[in-house]
Amino acid sequence: MPAARFSGLQKDVLRLYRECMRAAYAKPKENREHWVTFVHSQFNKYRNLPRRDFSTIEYLLRVGKKRYQMYKASDAKDVI
Amino acid sequence: MFVHTQLKKAVTVSKLMRSISSLVGRVSEKPNPKTFKIYRWNPDFPEKKPHMESYTLDMNTTGPMMLDVLLKVKNEVDSTLTFRRSCREGICGSCAMNINGRNTLACITKINKSDGKDVDIYPLPHMYVEKDLVPDLTLFYQQYKSIQPYLQTSKPPPEKENIQSIEDRKKLDGLYECILCACCSTSCPSYWWNQQEYLGPAVLMQAYRWMVDSRDGATEKRRQMLQNSMSLYRCHTIMNCARTCPKGLNPGRAIAAIKRAMATE
Repeated sequence: MPAARFSGLQKDVLRLYRECMRAAYAKPKENREHWVTFVHSQFNKYRNLPRRDFSTIEYLLRVGKKRYQMYKASDAKDVI
Repeated sequence: MFVHTQLKKAVTVSKLMRSISSLVGRVSEKPNPKTFKIYRWNPDFPEKKPHMESYTLDMNTTGPMMLDVLLKVKNEVDSTLTFRRSCREGICGSCAMNINGRNTLACITKINKSDGKDVDIYPLPHMYVEKDLVPDLTLFYQQYKSIQPYLQTSKPPPEKENIQSIEDRKKLDGLYECILCACCSTSCPSYWWNQQEYLGPAVLMQAYRWMVDSRDGATEKRRQMLQNSMSLYRCHTIMNCARTCPKGLNPGRAIAAIKRAMATE
């Protein structure tokens, strides 16, 4: 079966998700679960967004990237 | 003496009468409504599209400037309206926005109270919006940082002031007044399409301001930084910058001066 084909925007979202998860696993072990749930909660918030709502998805991607840069800094140890 | 006091009293009374009549006149003045359509968008609900919201105010009870209207709306009508403002006298550049199709500062733009036309207020064009009338100026400030807007010299610091001749100081006139409100950069089509690479009129004018400063020793380095096809040469002398500048400066002229200096060096 051929691999699922994604649009450019979908790939961007998946890339951001993957980066976030990687950053979560780079955090101290005892807090890892917090980070993973946090990332999931943030992505799940807009799970029902219509896939053709490009402007909103682009905005959320932009904000997401910004927050990813902020949260991945090693000073941020834990998240609630 | 007695006559004098009488006279004084009479004058005071007539003054009082006049002020009362003017007060009555103001009360009986007929209302002068004007509609302001303001761009609204809330990042807390990103799936809701931006829209224009209309506010109708009585012009007899508002101040003379656009910023007065915005403040009145925020204070009395809709406290969720978001915009930047600070000095209310055109020196901080916070309230830069697009009013009736022109990038300008709300605090020094007068309202035409008698033309009966609606006013459209948008955030600065082609910038990411953070909320309502607040644009994201991160890139603009990064670009400003990239031209190293500070004195660079290998000379040892002088004992007292770093003195300039009067002629040298005159070269800075029309450049140093820039308040970095980003009105010019966001009015420039070249900047709209090439924001990532083209520096934009405001930043280039500051680059020029440091190039012509007689105390600065890094002119050559500053020129080298602009020596590529994008940073400077995306200026096609459209001159929207000079037309829109709320401080009456001419960034287009400064860019032309950089181009000439680089061509003849």
